[in-house]
Amino acid sequence: MKAPERYYDFQKDISGCGIFGVIHKKKGLIKGEIPIKAMACMHDRGNGLGGGFAAYGIYPDHADKYAFHLMCDDQAGLDAAEEVLKRYFTIHASEPIPTRRVLSVKNPPVVWRFFLSVKREKPQDLREVFDEKDYVVSVVMKINTGVPGAFVFSSGKNMGAFKGVGFPEDMAEFYRLDEYSAYIWTGHNRFPTNTPGWWGGAHPFTLLDWSIVHNGEISSYGINRRFLCEHSYICTLMTDTEVVAYLLDLLIRKHGLSKDLAAKVFAPPFWDEIARMSDEDKELYTTLRAVYGPAMLNGPFAILVADNTGLMGLNDRIKLRPLLVAEKDDMVFMSSEESAVRLVCPKLDSVWMPKAGEPVIVNLEA
Amino acid sequence: MLFQPINKNYHDYRIERDKDLCINCKVCIRQCAYEAHFWDEARQKVRHDNTKCVGCHRCEALCPTGALCIRLNESEFRPNACWRPIFMKNIYKQADTGGVLLAGMGSPVDIPVYWDNLLLDASQVTNPSIDPLREPMELKTFLGSKPDRVEFAAPAKGKKGKPKLTTKLAPQIELNYPIMFSAMSFGSINFNLHVAMARAATELGICYNTGEGGLHKSLYKYGKNTIVQVASGRFGVHAEYLNAGAGIEIKIGQGAKPGIGGHLPGEKINEKVSETRMIPVGSDAISPAPHHDIYSIEDLHQLIFALKEASRYRVPVSVKIAAVHNVAAIASGIVRAGADIVAIDGMRGGTGAAPAMIRDNVGIPIELAIAAVDQRLRDEGIRNRASIIAAGGTRCSADVVKAIALGADACYIGTAALLAVGCTLCGKCYTGKCPWGIATNDSKLSKRQNPDIAARKMANLIRAWGHEIEEMLGGMGLNSIESLRGNRDKLRAVGLSSTEMDILGVKHAGR
Ligand code: SF4
Ligand code: SF4
Repeated sequence: MKAPERYYDFQKDISGCGIFGVIHKKKGLIKGEIPIKAMACMHDRGNGLGGGFAAYGIYPDHADKYAFHLMCDDQAGLDAAEEVLKRYFTIHASEPIPTRRVLSVKNPPVVWRFFLSVKREKPQDLREVFDEKDYVVSVVMKINTGVPGAFVFSSGKNMGAFKGVGFPEDMAEFYRLDEYSAYIWTGHNRFPTNTPGWWGGAHPFTLLDWSIVHNGEISSYGINRRFLCEHSYICTLMTDTEVVAYLLDLLIRKHGLSKDLAAKVFAPPFWDEIARMSDEDKELYTTLRAVYGPAMLNGPFAILVADNTGLMGLNDRIKLRPLLVAEKDDMVFMSSEESAVRLVCPKLDSVWMPKAGEPVIVNLEA
Repeated sequence: MLFQPINKNYHDYRIERDKDLCINCKVCIRQCAYEAHFWDEARQKVRHDNTKCVGCHRCEALCPTGALCIRLNESEFRPNACWRPIFMKNIYKQADTGGVLLAGMGSPVDIPVYWDNLLLDASQVTNPSIDPLREPMELKTFLGSKPDRVEFAAPAKGKKGKPKLTTKLAPQIELNYPIMFSAMSFGSINFNLHVAMARAATELGICYNTGEGGLHKSLYKYGKNTIVQVASGRFGVHAEYLNAGAGIEIKIGQGAKPGIGGHLPGEKINEKVSETRMIPVGSDAISPAPHHDIYSIEDLHQLIFALKEASRYRVPVSVKIAAVHNVAAIASGIVRAGADIVAIDGMRGGTGAAPAMIRDNVGIPIELAIAAVDQRLRDEGIRNRASIIAAGGTRCSADVVKAIALGADACYIGTAALLAVGCTLCGKCYTGKCPWGIATNDSKLSKRQNPDIAARKMANLIRAWGHEIEEMLGGMGLNSIESLRGNRDKLRAVGLSSTEMDILGVKHAGR
């Protein structure tokens, strides 16, 4: 699409972070206290300006509904957003997200969740959007860019993000995450250097079922966002993580790449490695790099990507940010620091540092 | 001086000869192609005629005792902001000759050089810079059309294994550096330099462009590193030629002289040039202003596909245009017409000969053109269908980096390559007497260029720039050139208006 006026004139968030993820391959439920304790252990990797978690498998009763988490400045914002939702969706349940009052969490927004399904009769303006997921994304964008004071921060099925301004352990306390159990958890602790705290700006960043926590700075951001704009994704949230989410959506959902190949687009093999590959792989990676060069993520990063099929960890191709993987029975941990894993699971079967650019993909067993 | 035409009085240079150092060896006499130095029988010493000097500095460089110094003639007219000396001198000249003012090399006029107003970024703390001496740093570049997406066939049901790639990449030109030697025809520069460019390009793993004068048969062996050009004169174009290179370029225009053709005077057409261009020895080689089979975009479409047919779709086809006012819309049309590469030549691009009025007044700077074209192609969703090459006025590796950050895939360098072999930008290429043995086919002069040495110098230049580009990339926290391409966030403007920044798509420094 045509780039909006002055699209080049943007400010971007710069931050360092701590990340943690855990998955139970057999969908065994992991108590909230595990990720909470692990994130609290990495307290110093953040500065209290952003923390959050994503959890999968937490809404089994509404597993086939889109679980929308909204944060609103006030009741009016929520009402306006609800009006929009009513127009496009059938609302099956609507309730406040349970919270506690926490001393260190100042001025929290109104947080609410809806369980939704797409209306059979789509309203005129989105009638032409045939793909259900595109439809859901369009409505999310409508609210996030069109309804003042309301923000959808989670929109997948049987999953949810919980985040805000504060240390992750404060956020966990606020959202009562100790009361949830999930088969995948990810957590994020943020050290922004330039943004004033905004609840929506905290991580995990989500799009449909995707949730992303990310430690790093994407130096290729400038071209990644222009590439996304060509594919009709407009980056507005001033964060690197947003481009990761949109790129995943583009590469995996729209272009049909596997997670592994998407990871190879983000952190491609070097040309001299490609030169040593078999002819078939040579052609594959040359094509991938030539076509998706603008989607390569360059700069230091460690990211964890979760969706309803599993958890993936990935480093940049020269491993400029820490990422460690550990296994214990059916559980796999991924973390910035080993200490966080050892705290919640002292006896591990194996621990290793994934190689630069090599994705670690853990799929849920069906 | 008395008794000489008015325009001779106001010559541009003065030759200073240190009487104590000069040993009357006559080297300067032999070196100066313009006969500015001469032997004075009566006085038994070397003397000179300042009016003949074009300021090429050849004699100064070759004088064994360092006795010579070429200076601007200090003679000054009454200052006048409007009637600057150049305009006055031009009028004196034209009053004498009644002819068009000719000029060589890129325009020296003071139009803004935006490279100088763009600054690059570097990493500090929040992301680490990358040291190219310790970590891999990738400059490899592919020129050619890329598909919208990569497609795979899923493995057969029940079978394990990787999905199979079904996308076949269109033909690409693979470059080890995002830099190529620009089109300089055999004829406008001599054979020795064509050999040098071909060898340097081969050694570096880049390409050189034949220009519009065909390809000498002895150079076919460098075909993998050659882009063959097809221009309006169609000199030296035949089936074998079209299949000789790694790419074909249709030359529509040249930055130094948009909208007009070319004229290689008969004196430059020697045996070798004649057989290569397929025209008689001594006949003028005239390239018409337009291609007489391209009067519209659909005609270009036909020529692009005629060339693809002729080369059996083995190589990408590039279309080179001068940067003119509507360059973005034109480039979009060219991409839609099927070009795999669009080369854009800015108004500071060099030339062997151009009318001075055209060179100095027609066209737009390359920086604005590249920014506009890249943005337009992206807005239309067709940026992937063609690569963009920036040409005209690339002076150093930082200019290359900035061009790529604005959106170019690679840069063509012409003037810089000639400087590498000794050109001093005297701007008199159109006389055919280049004392440095570059823009001349006179065998006495052209032998001043040794192809081996020239190839080494050209290769050195690209390698040096390559190292510098790697340093700059690493400083920005990038380890691959594709993450810089179009990444305008790595650029900031200093001292530009908001309109200029809007066209360039960059923010002001400090923001
Ligand atoms: S034209 Fe060149 S060689 Fe001749 S006098 Fe001038 S500087 Fe020297
Ligand atoms: S190529 Fe020769 S004639 Fe042309 S500017 Fe350079 S030195 Fe002068």
